[in-house]
Amino acid sequence: MEEIINVSGRAVPHIYPHLEIWGGPIALYLFFGGLAAGLLFFSSFFYLKGKADTMPMTVKVAPIIAPIIIILGLMLLLYDLHHILYFWQLFLHFRIESPMSWGAWTLSVIMIPAILWPLSYLDDIIEYLKENKSNCKMIGLLEWANNLIKKLPVLPTIMDIFIKNRALVAYVTIGLSIVLGVYTGILLSAFNARPLWNTAILGPLFLTSGVSTAAALLMWMSNDHKERTLYSKIDLMLIAIELFFIVHMFMGFLSSGIAQVEAAQLLLGGPYTVVFWVLVVGMGLVLPAILEIMELRGYHIPIAIPAFLILMGGLLFRFIMVYAGQASGFNIL
Amino acid sequence: MRYAMAMDTRKCVGCSDCVVACQTENNVPLGFCRDWIVEAVKGTYPDTVQMHFKSERCMHCENTPCVRTCPTGASHVIEGGIVKVTHDECIGCGACIESCPYDARYVHPDGYVDKCTFCDHRLEQGLNTACVDVCPTSCLIFGDLDDPKSDVSIILKEKDWYVLAPEAGTNPQLYFLK
Repeated sequence: MEEIINVSGRAVPHIYPHLEIWGGPIALYLFFGGLAAGLLFFSSFFYLKGKADTMPMTVKVAPIIAPIIIILGLMLLLYDLHHILYFWQLFLHFRIESPMSWGAWTLSVIMIPAILWPLSYLDDIIEYLKENKSNCKMIGLLEWANNLIKKLPVLPTIMDIFIKNRALVAYVTIGLSIVLGVYTGILLSAFNARPLWNTAILGPLFLTSGVSTAAALLMWMSNDHKERTLYSKIDLMLIAIELFFIVHMFMGFLSSGIAQVEAAQLLLGGPYTVVFWVLVVGMGLVLPAILEIMELRGYHIPIAIPAFLILMGGLLFRFIMVYAGQASGFNIL
Repeated sequence: MRYAMAMDTRKCVGCSDCVVACQTENNVPLGFCRDWIVEAVKGTYPDTVQMHFKSERCMHCENTPCVRTCPTGASHVIEGGIVKVTHDECIGCGACIESCPYDARYVHPDGYVDKCTFCDHRLEQGLNTACVDVCPTSCLIFGDLDDPKSDVSIILKEKDWYVLAPEAGTNPQLYFLK
């Protein structure tokens, strides 16, 4: 008889035998957070670079997705709260040591530029859609919203102030988007009890991954060849950084204590090995990188394929990290 | 004041009386528990097989990751180092559950996070915790570490002990006697 460990009287849901207090909604929330952070970063960054007219998709049109997915993400977060009727307690407190508190506040603050930015460009968005996607059913809705905003009492004044200070807003948004992107990783890395998460590299890694998914989405949405090529190059660089971070994450784990080594084993021979290395690293990073290099070399590859692979890789990466992290822990027997 | 508990692994017979006493005393809902028994069998049959029991609960750590990661301050430390959750402030986000190396917390069916309170309502009346009082082998010893004459201070001086996952850096206050 080999070593047997038996815990009796503890069949508590979500705790035993595996911790599963966080699941799909949190992974999806982290994905949306990273994607929104990336979209807002690129729109503000290229606005400050003076590319508002040459890269209309990036600066003007795509940011409309950001508030939608931030709201979706917040709804997923609220859905995941077990004591949901008390969610407002989040906004009565700010606790500097709690990443969850940081996230709730960052998301709330970033909502302001995320909503106002695309609203201030509604005229341009409608024009862009009419030019490029004239059969889009959204146009009617957007025109209705645009007319409504102009009739509302205070909003046009706010919009005027916003538009006059757009450069300042862009600087603030860049800062906030980096905080948001890093937060999606820090949320997990703050837990000492889950060794797979408890690495400082997770913040930069999630930020890079989030910005990379946003670049993939922009590459997919853009009609402009120059813009696409630019995002291809940006994505290639981000994928290289991500791979660099992933290698260093494992180097850190494997040269650390037994809990960290065992946590790394979950992805190096353990139950999450195949999904991580084949689906995330292989199909989500290496394959799209190869396709993009081929595309830049002149081969004709539909842009949707690498873009879709990067987005799926980013999503799966968050799912795997959320679930595998909860399977890691200290030996408490 | 620093409340702590010692648990004699040589005396425990794994009867689960402490679990039932806690569930009764604290109205713990069916299918949940604030303390639990670990039955560990080690070795390869028939050579050396060892078995021992442990009665576990929240370790009321000195360094509390659960309080640190709580976004609302619902998780807090009261006098004597007892870690408690204010139900009305808890949003049920699960951050404290993720941050506990001992998995000592659970989500109450009403939505908030619940855990061992060292029976602070009984301590106020000068009583022991329910699990300590009910234990038929007296393997649980509870008291104030700041008081050198308390049972727990004396036994921790006399006997050799260990804590779970000291490498987690939480400085747990549930001591297991060897």
